[in-house]
Amino acid sequence: MINSFTDLNDVYIDALKEIGNIGAGNAATSLGVLIDEDVIIGIPKVRIDEFNDVVKSIGGSEEMCVAVLVNFYGEANGVVLFILSIEDAKGITDILAAEEDDGTPGLSEMKLSGIKELGNILGSSYLGSIATLTGMEINLSIPHVAVDMVGAILAVPIIEYGAADSKVMFIEESFSTKEHRFHSHVIMFTDIETLSEIMTRLGIHI
Amino acid sequence: MSEQYVVGISDRKVAIAPDSIVTYALGSCVGVALYDVKTRIGGLAHIMLPDSKMLPYAEQGRMKFADTGIEDMVDEMISRGADRGGLKAKIAGGADMFKISDGSRLASIGCRNVASVKSALSRLGIQLVAEDVGRDYGRTLYFDLTTGGVKIQSLGKGTKEI
Repeated sequence: MINSFTDLNDVYIDALKEIGNIGAGNAATSLGVLIDEDVIIGIPKVRIDEFNDVVKSIGGSEEMCVAVLVNFYGEANGVVLFILSIEDAKGITDILAAEEDDGTPGLSEMKLSGIKELGNILGSSYLGSIATLTGMEINLSIPHVAVDMVGAILAVPIIEYGAADSKVMFIEESFSTKEHRFHSHVIMFTDIETLSEIMTRLGIHI
Repeated sequence: MSEQYVVGISDRKVAIAPDSIVTYALGSCVGVALYDVKTRIGGLAHIMLPDSKMLPYAEQGRMKFADTGIEDMVDEMISRGADRGGLKAKIAGGADMFKISDGSRLASIGCRNVASVKSALSRLGIQLVAEDVGRDYGRTLYFDLTTGGVKIQSLGKGTKEI
């Protein structure tokens, strides 16, 4: 039984990286189909960090970003966040809508809603692959979108999944494409119970 | 020389004029600025959760919670020479970043943080003189210990003094 995120050994970490990889691979395929480009996935990272270091690693507390949050529940509980810069969010929605950059600052309601749907699709494919892999029943919330400072956004999952600990565990993936050079993060936060259950289902025991 | 101290998530700092204290990107968290005008000692806490009683082993992280975090900061201010009776509070944050309204625990956390901060302040007999709370955006809080002024900065919404 794992009692704290700091108890996770290398075997667990490797298994989590693999889960992240499979989830992200699926999500990247969905993204690639949508924007009709090859999506490159970075090496997955499993991090167990102090709250303030989490925020730093995603770009710093006051950095502006667009984020889509999908809550999951059922046999697995957690949050999947899709985070990207405002510039990149505009870039992706321009590709999706086959539009040229209209030069306006910020994101229109329509573009924001496009990003929300994109986050929804990525979150669903990510979690769908975890559900298939583990045989767990996972339900998804509707997607929620916000445009704000990285620190304020990340505090949402940190509060939910870091309340009992001084650290929080997350699996992070980065996506980019050759042609458009945008960078985004898909981050999954979950609780100890879900992690233990995933490990059991995968046949990994301490 | 005056210093600017940075307060992270579930952290606090007590300092004295002419220093200043800042905490970045409050979302559903609440920034609590306490000031004693006579000694010009001030404290800033970045509160993450409403109530230490919601978790059995809260001793590890008293600064996370409104009840224990504010209490500990007041104790530190008094030990540094602040007058308990002179403390005034200004608070900011407690937003609902994703406008979640599905009844989950995440949905109401900002709101509950604000309510819990207010009740902790009133329990400690500290007057709340200004607030900028709620809505759906993040806030950075600058606390100037020379004046006791609190400046709130939100991206795309400019700066305001409370």
